[in-house]
Amino acid sequence: MNIAPNRVEIHNEWDIVRARQSGRERAKELGFGHVDQARIATAISELARNIYLYAKHGEIIISVIDGEKRGISIIAEDNGPGIRDLRKAMEDGYTTSGGLGAGLPGVKRLMDDFDIVSEEGQGTKITAKKYLR
Amino acid sequence: MRIPILKLYNYLLTTIQVELDDQTAIQFQDDLLNKIHETGAIGVVIDLTSVEIIDSYIAKILGDVVNMSELLGAKVVLTGIRPAVALTLIDLGIRLKGVPTALDLEQGIEKLRQELGE
Ligand SMILES: Nc1ncnc2c1ncn2[C@@H]1O[C@H](COP(=O)(O)OP(=O)(O)OP(=O)(O)O)[C@@H](O)[C@H]1O
Ligand SMILES: [Mg+2]
Repeated sequence: MNIAPNRVEIHNEWDIVRARQSGRERAKELGFGHVDQARIATAISELARNIYLYAKHGEIIISVIDGEKRGISIIAEDNGPGIRDLRKAMEDGYTTSGGLGAGLPGVKRLMDDFDIVSEEGQGTKITAKKYLR
Repeated sequence: MRIPILKLYNYLLTTIQVELDDQTAIQFQDDLLNKIHETGAIGVVIDLTSVEIIDSYIAKILGDVVNMSELLGAKVVLTGIRPAVALTLIDLGIRLKGVPTALDLEQGIEKLRQELGE
């Protein structure tokens, strides 16, 4: 299996589709079931859309976790405006763009591990992981 | 990419068979609302059997389509939502409140008949 990380640059809305398709393929190769494939693709879609909406551009890096526990890791990174109040951003329904405010709390529930680092004026880096059972 | 919308008596039927990117979703919203207005349709079935993922953005558009259609006088039934999609919607905390759903197109039409008391 090709385990080189797959980097998808996010500049426009079609990149969002490319990123989530690529994540789904990788998840399938790894042996994730249908529902987890959908969860992983949906999480990527949320993170890629946030990059596109709030930071204009950035990157999604999809890689294989090949350790004691096998799984998939998604990194969403941008040098955008950052998030001032992380606690608020993680609340269901909190949105600054008239969305549903479902993306970030959703990704946290869709995946097994979720980590977010964000600095105002610097950018945001989110790492989300899902493990094979 | 345009999603075809069929008219059958006073219902509109549409099957989403493409990967829903943002443009396609917005175009679909416009097309459907225009078609309801033009035809005076009283019921709409949107079949999602081929849709493999619904993220929060697409979910919002679908919810808006349902609400706006009702403002225009057409009841919407969503059909064919895949189990994996239903589960991811739950993780996202999205409930399609009050939106009637059915298994497939045929049952969707049946549901419309019931909802509309036809
Ligand atoms: N990469 C990012 N850079 C800057 N701000 C962000 C980023 N991602 C999220 N945010 C901020 O966090 C808020 C919450 O994000 P979240 O994805 O949960 O909801 P949303 O994007 O507003 O709506 P939805 O995802 O439901 O369409 C956003 O409204 C935005 O203010
Ligand atoms: Mg979002």
